[in-house]
Amino acid sequence: MTQARKKIEVSNLRLAYGGKEVIHGISFDVYENEILGVIGPAQSGKTSLLRCINRTIEFISTAKVSGSLKMDGEEVRKQNVFDLRRKVGMVAPLPVGLPLTIYDNVAFAPRTSGMSNKSELDGLVEKCLRQAALWDEVKDRLNSLGTKLSGGQQQRLTIARALSHQPEVLCLDEFSIAIDPVTTMRIEDVLLELRREMTVVLVTNLTQQARRLAQRTMFLWKGEIIELNDNNVIFSNTPADKRTYEYVHGIFG
Amino acid sequence: MQSSAARFTETPLIRKKKFRESVAKWVFFAMTIAMIIPLLLIVGFLIVKAIPSLSLDFLLDPPMRNMRAGGIWPAFVGTVYLVMISLAVAAPIGVLAAVYLNEYAKDNWFNRLINLAVINLAGVPSIVHALFGLGAFVLAAGIGKSVLAASLTLAVMTLPVIIASTREALASVPMTFREACWNVGATRWQTIRAVVLPNSISGILTGVILQVSRAAGETAPIMFTGALFFKAVQRGTIFPYSLDEQCMALSMHLYVIATQVHGVPESMTYATAVVLLATVLLVNATAILVRMYMRSRKKW
Repeated sequence: MTQARKKIEVSNLRLAYGGKEVIHGISFDVYENEILGVIGPAQSGKTSLLRCINRTIEFISTAKVSGSLKMDGEEVRKQNVFDLRRKVGMVAPLPVGLPLTIYDNVAFAPRTSGMSNKSELDGLVEKCLRQAALWDEVKDRLNSLGTKLSGGQQQRLTIARALSHQPEVLCLDEFSIAIDPVTTMRIEDVLLELRREMTVVLVTNLTQQARRLAQRTMFLWKGEIIELNDNNVIFSNTPADKRTYEYVHGIFG
Repeated sequence: MQSSAARFTETPLIRKKKFRESVAKWVFFAMTIAMIIPLLLIVGFLIVKAIPSLSLDFLLDPPMRNMRAGGIWPAFVGTVYLVMISLAVAAPIGVLAAVYLNEYAKDNWFNRLINLAVINLAGVPSIVHALFGLGAFVLAAGIGKSVLAASLTLAVMTLPVIIASTREALASVPMTFREACWNVGATRWQTIRAVVLPNSISGILTGVILQVSRAAGETAPIMFTGALFFKAVQRGTIFPYSLDEQCMALSMHLYVIATQVHGVPESMTYATAVVLLATVLLVNATAILVRMYMRSRKKW
């Protein structure tokens, strides 16, 4: 692939929870407008890695981060944390509908950053809900509670909320474990669309999902990068590391 | 192989299970009844004994003939004064401190120390609070024995419990809601405003209002700091005290006519108790109504 601009540069990133290191000095880059797949078994540090990017790791008092994580060439820890989190959309594995109306769920983030124009907000809410493939199901009841939606709908609402502050990087953490396959496919189509506007870091348990969506995939195992390569190498019969082949083909993991 | 009929007949194991289930249910039910009976007895006994004296005049009249006749208006108003002022002081401080402790404070030694202090302060006997109030407000601060000093003492007494109940209400809001807000770049305050407070306000208000009933019933803290044995008040005076004066209070008045003054008609003592109890129950009922109303608007 062509060498695009580096959106996120990670070098020698280490993370420890209370003295127990879970990410052992990893280095990689994420290019602008690519979808980077991150695969690996549980406890390999995938979620922790995402939390380092938007600095929610700082809410865990025992966590200690060292090394460098730059976004747009600037260390994230030197950036204003609220601006940083507006640049990074985050979707957690389990859906969280805030106890607000569907409309307010999506309008929450733009409002916190000072947007109050009604028609502008309306347009943004509709755009985000459409992007999350939820608009058609909720357009007639935007004022009912987000918490009353089904699990799959709430997850799409969560995605709409993550898109509502128009992030530059979208981090998805196993977004599909609470959604049915059909909806998953629709959101996957959406992600391919979004790729034109933003950079996507896709953490997933489904290796085939990474294969379908990502341009490059990173295999993370026990806090170390086993292999980071183009998809046609990772998912071929001859990836650089034997363990990658075994994990992708379900032999271990 | 068992026939299907045999599988649905009662085995000894199933009988044992059913027996234990019913024993457990009845034990819990019996304890519930055991809790309610004394309450009903007390209230019933008080009302029966008080009936000869209970009337609207009893509530509105000042005590007459050395408290052996007349009513309890000054004491009633005094109690309302004390409770309202103490609440006006304690509620904002307590609720805001609890928000800080639950939402902002990091888990370090300083905040753990504060937590420990709050918990222990809630366990301090009211007579100790009384002595503290006497030393701090009446003497050291130079307020003198007055409505203000007594109210502040009550406020100090209720503060730790308000903090504890508010923190509990705040902690009942799931952490995932906060994280979802922080993930989109909301500040802590924006998160508290939009999500945490609207969903915990019912619990917070209930906790605060329940402290009113506690403050209304306390005698010891106000005895040394501002409660008065007797004050001559004309009938029809609605607000008989100013802030720097001492005042009568229901709990103190009850203590006085029950033990210090001889020849008070028995029914008057009981009627005073009924008014005190009714005031407290009324406040509690308000708390329950508020909670029900807020609960019905809760959003998850």
